Amino acid sequence: MKHLLTLVLCLAATPVLANRVFVSNEKGNDVTVLDSETLEVIGSYPVGNRPRGITISPDGKELYVCASDDDLVRVFDPETMEETHTLPSGPDPELFVLHPSGNPLYIANEDDNLVTVVDTETHQVLAEIPVGVEPEGMGVSPDGKVVINTSETTNMAHFIDSETFEITANVLVDSRPRFAEYNHDGSKLYVSAEIGGTVSVIDPSTQEIVHKIEFEIPGVLPEAIQPVGVRVTSDGSRVFVALGPANRVAVIDGETDEVLEYLLVGQRVWQMAFTPDEKLLFTTNGNSNDVSVIDVESLEVVKSVPVGQQPWGVVVAPD
Amino acid sequence: MFKRIILLLAGVWMMSAPVAAQDQPEVTLIPSAVLRVEEAGLPPISRLELPPEDLGFAGARLAIEDNDTTGRFMGQDFEAEEVVTTPDAAAGEMDRLIDEGVEFIVILADDETMLSLADHAGDRVMLFNATAHGDNLRGADCRANTIHVAPSHAMLADGLAQFLMWKKWSRWFLIEGSHPEDTAFAEALRRSATKFGAKIVEERVYEDTGGARRTDSGHVQVQKQMPVFTQRAAEHDVVVAADDAGIFAGYLPYQTWDPRPVTGSAGLMPRAWHAAMEAWGASQFQNRFEKLTNRPMRDEDYLTWLALRMIGEAATRSQSSDPATLKEFMLSDQFEVAGFKGQKLTMRDWDHQVRQPILLATDLLLTSVSPQDEYLHQVSQLDTLGIDRSETECTF
Repeated sequence: MKHLLTLVLCLAATPVLANRVFVSNEKGNDVTVLDSETLEVIGSYPVGNRPRGITISPDGKELYVCASDDDLVRVFDPETMEETHTLPSGPDPELFVLHPSGNPLYIANEDDNLVTVVDTETHQVLAEIPVGVEPEGMGVSPDGKVVINTSETTNMAHFIDSETFEITANVLVDSRPRFAEYNHDGSKLYVSAEIGGTVSVIDPSTQEIVHKIEFEIPGVLPEAIQPVGVRVTSDGSRVFVALGPANRVAVIDGETDEVLEYLLVGQRVWQMAFTPDEKLLFTTNGNSNDVSVIDVESLEVVKSVPVGQQPWGVVVAPD
Repeated sequence: MFKRIILLLAGVWMMSAPVAAQDQPEVTLIPSAVLRVEEAGLPPISRLELPPEDLGFAGARLAIEDNDTTGRFMGQDFEAEEVVTTPDAAAGEMDRLIDEGVEFIVILADDETMLSLADHAGDRVMLFNATAHGDNLRGADCRANTIHVAPSHAMLADGLAQFLMWKKWSRWFLIEGSHPEDTAFAEALRRSATKFGAKIVEERVYEDTGGARRTDSGHVQVQKQMPVFTQRAAEHDVVVAADDAGIFAGYLPYQTWDPRPVTGSAGLMPRAWHAAMEAWGASQFQNRFEKLTNRPMRDEDYLTWLALRMIGEAATRSQSSDPATLKEFMLSDQFEVAGFKGQKLTMRDWDHQVRQPILLATDLLLTSVSPQDEYLHQVSQLDTLGIDRSETECTF
């Protein structure tokens, strides 16, 4: 009841601007669409085989889904959820990142040790960049000049020049790096390591690890703490890290890199997305087949919403 | 292709500063070998388990691909020579490999051959035991030059026992084969029963008398023999079979006198790997393997892959290609490697056994993974499986 009240209050304070929330269900082969205001499910729509990475164009007109087992990126109209076209992605696309301008798309090909760069307008492959084994995490600097790829078995963050497509640096991090995320002024790069159990904070200017965030949760086995998704508020003050089978999201002070709190969410939490106003954060919980909704200001989990089978990725439409 | 190579070279050159301590992109070779010792013997009782020609080697090829992909960022090149030999010729082949400059050899052999090769090698080379499960190899007969990537009998038995106790199936009917490796596994199962509070209410030995395996209509005989062999056993919850030699356990499910599940060497089996594993990134690992070999991955492939990946991981982390440095690093408490089993795999310094979860699987699917959550440990939960520091009989 208290949660419900919090929710109602929180929503009352939000400008009434609902955004669509898109959740890819890896085993369900569909995307569940939620309304960010009512937190109700609008519907679920087939999107191809083994959908994982999901993102949306800055203008909100194109929804991109990595259909991993189709070896394609499928593009949908976010309003109608009709497929408009596909993009060549290279084999087994897992996760991708859009250039801040909306073009091109940088795609990690997990089975083929490549990052594929695709022009979202001409639908042409611009480059294939050889990286380490099992590329997964993809990040881009706020100025769009540097693309980061993490390779899960090589255990490196590869710095890629977004224009020349050359690797300019490789930073060795802990085991199975899953995700790379810059803060908004580009002064810090966060790279999570699932098996290593840490988040490396990298200074992008020197490409050196300046800090390693470690996690400790009373009553949770250390082996279960497996950092995956990372999201940073636009003022850089709060960093959220999804801890996988620990079923928690860690809240970190963006200045000091200290862990402030652990929020209990659903089971096996992997990816996260903010609403554009950053009032809410959605998490995908792959084992409990639901999405947890976190109130960013009060740091409370206000609701869980059942979605499809094994939710993997999530993105919220821009305003 | 040419463009890609230029990109790649530029990448390697530019990255040298932050990661590798090398000044120029000089490539150092790290040579290793996989020695598979084959014995003449009967084919497995199921034709689905006929060993492929590239058994183990396929895992090595994937590991070398993985290591080389990382190695090109580090200026390291990995190789694994593949050798098939016999118990008699194995020592000679090993000498040849050592003369060629190989510093790491993965051995696929039975317990006895593994031990004799370890003694033959001395301190000339580091060995990785990928198939021998004997607890003696990690205990009284342990050798400092050997890393055991294969789980021990004790680890397999403990992994199964934890699950059976979680199910509250604590009354076991133990059936062991008459081969030495069966006796060894049965001994490990007895130890596990004591450790986790199960009771072995009945024990029988299934003598291997030769006989007609896999003959036409052989199932008619099996259908008559197995119920008779298992009748009038004390009241039990579960049958636990110790049949490393693969003589009879496969015939037990659905043929026992009492309707009880079969575990151990048939039915629900504790093992290092399973081709149906999907969790923890295993899907893409299985995909890569199947693309390379056109067949599912076997335990031997996984463990050979793991051994060679350990060398690669040590080379990346220590940023060295020096064999002595790599050996020291792999045996240190700094070492950890990801093996698609949901947590990092590390080294037991007291017997050089690689800590790892044990999969419990039926033919087509994973049933559970041990350690079970309820079994805790002061150092690592993985040390609830197998011989712990305080129990070891190993002295190097």
